[in-house]
Amino acid sequence: MAEKTQAIVEAGQIERLIEVLHSRGYEVVGPTVRDKAIVYDRLERLADLPVGWTDEQEAGSYRLKRREDGALFCYVVGPQSWKKYLHPADVRLFSAQRQGETFRILSNPDPPPPGRHAFLGVRACELAAIAVQDRVLLHDRYRDPIYQGRREGIFIVAVNCTQSAATCFCTSMGTGPQAHAGFDLALTELLGPDHHRILIEVGSEVGAEVLAELEHFQASDDVEREAETAVGRARSQIQRRMDTTGIRDLLYSNVDHPRWDDVAQRCLTCANCTMVCPTCFCTTVEDVSDVTGDHAERWRRWDSCFTQSFSYIHGGSVRSSAKSRYRQWMTHKLASWIDQFGSSGCVGCGRCITWCPVGIDITAEVGAIRGATASAGENDHGNT
Amino acid sequence: METLERIVAEHPFFAGLEEQYIQLLAGCASNVRFEGGKYILREGEEASQFFLIRHGRVALEISAPHRGRLTVETLGEGDILGWSWLIPPYHWRLDARAVDLTRAIALDGTCLRTKCEQNHDLGYELLKRFAHIMERRLEATRFQLLDVYAAHK
Amino acid sequence: MATLPADPMVPDPYRVGQVWKETFDTFTVALEPAHNAASSAFSPGQFSMLYVFGVGELPISISGDPEEPGRLIYTVRSVGQATHALVSRKPGEMVGVRGPFGGCWPLAEARGKDVVLVAGGLGLAPLRPAIYQVLRHREDYGRLIVLYGGRSPRDLLYRKELAAWARQPDTQVLSTVDYGGLSWRGHVGVVTTLFRYVRLQPARTVAMLCGPEIMMRFVTRELESHGLQESDIYLSMERNMKCAVGFCGHCQYGPYFICKDGPVFPYSRVRSLLEKHEI
Repeated sequence: MAEKTQAIVEAGQIERLIEVLHSRGYEVVGPTVRDKAIVYDRLERLADLPVGWTDEQEAGSYRLKRREDGALFCYVVGPQSWKKYLHPADVRLFSAQRQGETFRILSNPDPPPPGRHAFLGVRACELAAIAVQDRVLLHDRYRDPIYQGRREGIFIVAVNCTQSAATCFCTSMGTGPQAHAGFDLALTELLGPDHHRILIEVGSEVGAEVLAELEHFQASDDVEREAETAVGRARSQIQRRMDTTGIRDLLYSNVDHPRWDDVAQRCLTCANCTMVCPTCFCTTVEDVSDVTGDHAERWRRWDSCFTQSFSYIHGGSVRSSAKSRYRQWMTHKLASWIDQFGSSGCVGCGRCITWCPVGIDITAEVGAIRGATASAGENDHGNT
Repeated sequence: METLERIVAEHPFFAGLEEQYIQLLAGCASNVRFEGGKYILREGEEASQFFLIRHGRVALEISAPHRGRLTVETLGEGDILGWSWLIPPYHWRLDARAVDLTRAIALDGTCLRTKCEQNHDLGYELLKRFAHIMERRLEATRFQLLDVYAAHK
Repeated sequence: MATLPADPMVPDPYRVGQVWKETFDTFTVALEPAHNAASSAFSPGQFSMLYVFGVGELPISISGDPEEPGRLIYTVRSVGQATHALVSRKPGEMVGVRGPFGGCWPLAEARGKDVVLVAGGLGLAPLRPAIYQVLRHREDYGRLIVLYGGRSPRDLLYRKELAAWARQPDTQVLSTVDYGGLSWRGHVGVVTTLFRYVRLQPARTVAMLCGPEIMMRFVTRELESHGLQESDIYLSMERNMKCAVGFCGHCQYGPYFICKDGPVFPYSRVRSLLEKHEI
């Protein structure tokens, strides 16, 4: 696709979009309001979206607020990410059945859900996060068949952000607010005094087929400019910055920086940041058996480098202090990830800042280690 | 006497020492031999010698109530045994027992001590060499203290 | 290189051939593939993940002879529930095996050179395949020097084999213990004290180390004081492991995953990490 293929639809066509995806056999999942937060879950119709809601986020704080209008996508990311579907928190690796003195391994990892997923409302930073997890779980020496089974054939409807939260810093990480690739369709919501329309960009052939089933019109230059302005608004609202210049060497050479002691005074090692992070992939395994002891299963569950047990080797934890665990998390995310997988592990979504109960801000921690207030400079975060 | 001088001169412990000092050391040296099980020196006794072990194995031991003899280290061929002759009050701090038949060269510490007091250059040369041995033993002792192979540490 | 498994998290069934006692708390387990299809090929230094039904999985280094086909040998210290369950298997019982995983000792790089193997405690087990390899291809290598330190005489592994290796040509095998009893007539002192009895030719020597991290730190210092270059020193690192294929994140060590980038590392790559606390 040499030229950008774009079209304009009325906002109500999102209802139709959900229908079309259903008719094509997809289970549509996307943002919806639950327990005073925007989470990802099944969408049956447009009304399941957080219509007329927005979020206010700050370090350690998240609030939903009513808007005056019926905007569909005027909020950013909540506590969940798409890894909930692609790299689930609990998954069975295999089960085994005892047969006398031996046992049989039934190679039956949890199958991916019947019907493929269509993700509706994937933000640019989240596309980057999916790409990061693809690199870890699909394109390394080994391939995770569980992730692969869930990842293959998903349909991605991206949404370009037209507003940002105070915790966002995608611009520092080079991931947003505009989605450039990795989607089937990308939506830009255009809200005017007398119109509510969506500009749709096509990113794949399947995407073009789906668009063809919607009532759509050619996008005029004016509309395209309006969309650029809307995304530009989100971009200009972003206040948080992380200077990623030479960040790998910066962190590698500051293993003994006093700031780690400082952050350890605040960090509760609760692991919230790793649970909400869309790229954190660490897991542990748990063996369970039934009461007869004849049937055993091995499960994989999300784990966190903030737990004591994470680094346990015969007799003790390698990282017993909070300082070493915070340092491990941040150094991995921003520095060693580059060595391991060729890019930063951070996409600038800001979830770890919002959902930290004590409001630790990764951008501020980097700034403190750099010893200067974060200044914009040449970025080498590795995300493109 | 010529052979003793050659052995002293060729021992790495004395490498780089001036010829006159080698001769002086050789003048204080004598061949000794200990059967397996025999004590070479005893805790508390006056320390008037040190040894260049040429062959065999020597256990450095401390006797503890209810625990018997505890071997803290063994020494063997090429090792230097004993530095208490150099440090007041010139008494051995542990027992040294030949595990197997052990041959060594004994050097007269009392005589050397006097010579070191008279000739500080010689004294410094010897102290430097003993300091190195002490540093090595201290490092090994620290490592040993860590008990790194214990099941639950 | 073997082809990668379709699902690296699902073990292959093996049967326990034999279990024998090495010391009061350490056992060697021989496993044979339950299906002919499973391969028991491995390189010295690699490890497997051993699954005990319903109990759990353990990363264990392979300690057998890489050129003795048909079975995999593991030496396991029984210190916890899972290791106890593993060494308590009876012949004929099943154990799940994933692997082998990880890189191997630099035996190709060491051709034509003297090989110094320094083992501490259970660290002799992952080095034993390298010893077998050097002894089988004796003419490819210079001198073989095995220095082995254990806690006490009753903790020493493979004592008969150590004596047999010591009788091989151009081979020096020295063992020492931190705590010797009254009946012990061997060396007492940490493993670094054995270097007094070894004449190293630093320019033509490759050293391979396996044991507790602190022990390896002391040994690298000792080797450097004898003139070895850091690029000629290799060590086997240990961290928590759950998946062995780079997915679970547990075994990270600075930029490395011990499971896929190690467990054997050139000292030059991990030196700066070894000097830092809680990495």
